[in-house]
Amino acid sequence: MQSRGQNSLFYGVDRLTILLYVIMVLFGWLNIYAAVYNEAHSNIFDMTQKYGKQLLWMAGAAVIAFSVLLIDADFFTAFAYVFYGVMIVANILVRLVGREIKGSHSWFEIGDFRLQPAEFIKFSMALALAKFLSNQQIAINTQFRLRWRDLVKNYKNTFIALAIILIPLVLVKKLQDETGLALVFIAFFIVLYREGLSVGVLMIGMLVAILFVVALVVANTMSVLISLGVLALLSFLIIPRNGKNLLMVGLVFVMAAGVVLGSNYVYKKLEPHQKDRIDVLLGNKKDLKGVGYNVDQSKKAIGSGGFFGKGYLQGTQTKYDFVPEQETDFIFCTVGEEWGFFGSTIVIFLELFLILRVIFLSERQRSSFSRIYGYGVASILFFHLAVNIGMTIGLMPVIGIPLPFFSYGGSSLWSFTILLFIFIKLDANRLLILR
Amino acid sequence: MSNVNSHLADRKYFIGGFFILVVIIYIVRLFYIQLIDDQYKIGADKNALRRTTEYAVRGYIFDRKGKILVYNEPSYDLMIVPRETKGCDTLGLCAILEITKEEYLKRIKKACQHPNSARKESIFEKQLSKETYAILQEKLFRFKGFFFQKRAIRKYPKPIAAHLMGYVGEVSKEKAKKDPYYREGDYIGKSGIELSYEEALRGQKGVQYQITDVNNKTVGRYMKGKYDTLAISGKPLYSSIDAELQEYGEKLMRGKKGAIVAIEPSTGEILCLISSPTYDPNSLVSGKERNKSFARMYADTINVPLFNRALTAMYPPGSTFKLIDALIAQNDGVINRSTFYPCQMGYPPMGGKPKCHSHGGGKSLVGSIAVSCNSYYSYVFRDIVDQRKYPNFVDGYTHWRDMVKTFGPGTRLGTDLPYDKPGNVPSVEYYNKVFGKGGWRSNTIVSLGIGQAELTLVPLQMANVVAIIANKGFYYTPHCIKGVGKEKYLDPKFKEKHYAGVQKQEYYDIVIEGMEGALQPGGTAFASRLKDIVVCGKTGTAQNPHGKDHAVFLAFAPKENPKIVIACLVENAGFGGVWSAPIVTLLMEKYLKGKTDRPEIEKRIMEANLINGSILITDDID
Repeated sequence: MQSRGQNSLFYGVDRLTILLYVIMVLFGWLNIYAAVYNEAHSNIFDMTQKYGKQLLWMAGAAVIAFSVLLIDADFFTAFAYVFYGVMIVANILVRLVGREIKGSHSWFEIGDFRLQPAEFIKFSMALALAKFLSNQQIAINTQFRLRWRDLVKNYKNTFIALAIILIPLVLVKKLQDETGLALVFIAFFIVLYREGLSVGVLMIGMLVAILFVVALVVANTMSVLISLGVLALLSFLIIPRNGKNLLMVGLVFVMAAGVVLGSNYVYKKLEPHQKDRIDVLLGNKKDLKGVGYNVDQSKKAIGSGGFFGKGYLQGTQTKYDFVPEQETDFIFCTVGEEWGFFGSTIVIFLELFLILRVIFLSERQRSSFSRIYGYGVASILFFHLAVNIGMTIGLMPVIGIPLPFFSYGGSSLWSFTILLFIFIKLDANRLLILR
Repeated sequence: MSNVNSHLADRKYFIGGFFILVVIIYIVRLFYIQLIDDQYKIGADKNALRRTTEYAVRGYIFDRKGKILVYNEPSYDLMIVPRETKGCDTLGLCAILEITKEEYLKRIKKACQHPNSARKESIFEKQLSKETYAILQEKLFRFKGFFFQKRAIRKYPKPIAAHLMGYVGEVSKEKAKKDPYYREGDYIGKSGIELSYEEALRGQKGVQYQITDVNNKTVGRYMKGKYDTLAISGKPLYSSIDAELQEYGEKLMRGKKGAIVAIEPSTGEILCLISSPTYDPNSLVSGKERNKSFARMYADTINVPLFNRALTAMYPPGSTFKLIDALIAQNDGVINRSTFYPCQMGYPPMGGKPKCHSHGGGKSLVGSIAVSCNSYYSYVFRDIVDQRKYPNFVDGYTHWRDMVKTFGPGTRLGTDLPYDKPGNVPSVEYYNKVFGKGGWRSNTIVSLGIGQAELTLVPLQMANVVAIIANKGFYYTPHCIKGVGKEKYLDPKFKEKHYAGVQKQEYYDIVIEGMEGALQPGGTAFASRLKDIVVCGKTGTAQNPHGKDHAVFLAFAPKENPKIVIACLVENAGFGGVWSAPIVTLLMEKYLKGKTDRPEIEKRIMEANLINGSILITDDID
């Protein structure tokens, strides 16, 4: 089995994945340069400018990538829980010693550079989840049955898996008030699904979510409740009318009504700016000065791009700061405006291609640890892609999370690099496992 | 482990499929906002492009002797960018502008109304007075966020010809929407020459497109100035108005309601056009003052100073209309020089109606014009209408009406001033409606023959009728601009001769003889005769159902090779010979000799105040 270069750093490494990664980081930097560009500072190494800093972050990312490839793959498996624990501690610490920026204590500051530990929880969670689920004979419950006496036994593992996801989520949300970053962890449900989480549980979750949104869109709660009631009555036309079904329909109706009423309760509990974001997205409110302003400007920038865009550095909207956060969360505006539909599609396809490549690689893993970790990577990347681009084109509420490999920022670039390269290392190691 | 995994492995397709589905939805959405829906493109341009308008200098207007009638004066608007007003000396500014703090805040709020407009400039105070501008300019550094925008307003060296010139004001919202040249806040000619020659006068404004950032700071020129244009000054207008004559006429009309129109018959050029009471055109140039003046003049329902009587007041022509009757009747061969008709202080067949004044019994044609015999023209009217060749009297009436219309009444003359009215020559249908079909005879409407009843003309048309007589059969459409621009372009329609229905010179000669007689002993305007100029005129006393009769006088001079025709109408002044004739002959003296030498008459006219508060006829009849 020994072959030439087996001990080399790049042995077994998936070069296509690395190629995609490099293309995106470089193209991302070009767009950061365009977004921040001003004629007074055109030197690309100008460290007072964000594109200059990003070059440093990129150099750091390269070092991190090589380091990850140097480390033995078993190390990640062995220390999965340790990483998880360290990151939890770091995220609690940042609340105490971190620097306050825009109202949230979520940054460690070293000189001119800042790091956000919440970004780095992602890979540790993926590792911990992979380790936990791969250790189980039947990882999580695969059937959806309401049998009380089996509940604890059947659902124990599921609850532990959920806890691995929810503890950091609550931590980041409550201690650091980083709603966007916290929501990212929801992506791990895709992993749970792949590993056997019952479709029924997911479906109920989705139905609850849909009902929740409907109740918010239709301002009149009563009319939603009445519609539900009518639906419940109508259901008897198609199912046998017996006592058991009556009980079931009644139970479902009560639960649905609870969700509807709950949605209003939750909505009332939301912070005003969060309410605004939801209202603007749902079209209940048109506010072009406040929350709607970002999305409106973002759509203008992207919409004005046309097919081939205005040309590199020619974007008027992004170049002249009409779009807020244009080098970080709204970097896609620069792509849309300067590269047009053509460039936007390429960027989305690059991201999608990488995600699908990671899924493909995961499926060829013989170790379930590697496979689960791979799905964690793919899910996180997908969640970022869907929410970030969805928000810039007005399909998602404004949730401040970066576009992987494109947005400016050291924490996110390094975090995605670690996330991806651990997987590349695990994948490279797959042939050695059999030995 | 692998056992479980095998049946869960299919889920990779659902996960992959779901990812691909979401991406497809996003790409469709991108396709829509980038390639289909234009609204974002437009929004983006509005965001980042600032149009800086360089206003063109509006064309000057000169009188026929080269005197300036109107020019421009710089004026400044105070502009504001609300977001930049931090640290502004608000109280100081309020004190200079003489506004309260509340008013200041109200205007700031108004300037911030549209999204993002707090970063954009808007007008804070229009057309500052010279004094305010001077004070503000010195202290502008204290008023952060404020700056000036230069505009130009009209200035009239002499306060004359307000109705002729019209005025310039801000373009209406509707017009700005319809016409892409205009944007809200632009100036546009609103009436008079300013309106009808707007396109020549306005020139072409220049536009510069600059790219701005989110703070409205200019960061460069759009497309390197590819779409920028330079302002092109408006063209000067050379008018046919004689400023001196206009001013003199306005002086004579002071204290009187009415109109004067003077035309050079050989060209159709309007020499003066006066509507009284008038106003100082300078009172309508700047926004604030204009609003006040407008309010005041609108409220004046008795004098209606904004109403241009010369073009839009439709008066019965009264006896002056007999000139047209005399020409038509001769042309039809129903009367000639020696035709004699009796007069018994009125028209005998109708028992003395219409009435006539004492002028020593019946007259022949020439005498009937000189003394303006009502009875004579009642006969003449019936002679025309009841001619044998028209078995049906209605055909006779239609013939008369058609002939009258060839002299101008009943249709808009098509002058180069906006809003002239057509006057009215009643139609057969009209009388059928009033009297019933077959319910009227020539006698029923005989007062048309002496220019009364429903017959109306605007003063411009009256002057044009005299021009036809002076020219013996033709006219040029009256116009007040001789040349547009340096090349002095004149619309060819003003060079086109229009022929009246009567062409034989000798018919005109007889009428002119009668008009000459009007200023000779026994004539109706004898008192207004001139020693050294032969004036041919016709008086008229237009009956006015609303009050005292209007005094009308139409004349041309000199008799040979006429240089000027004038129509003058003074409302509620009684006999034409008493008020209108002296005004006309004074103007003729002024125009032909450059001075007048009848100071006592001049004094009497200028000092007369005839405004008594009656209402004039303004409603259309047809």
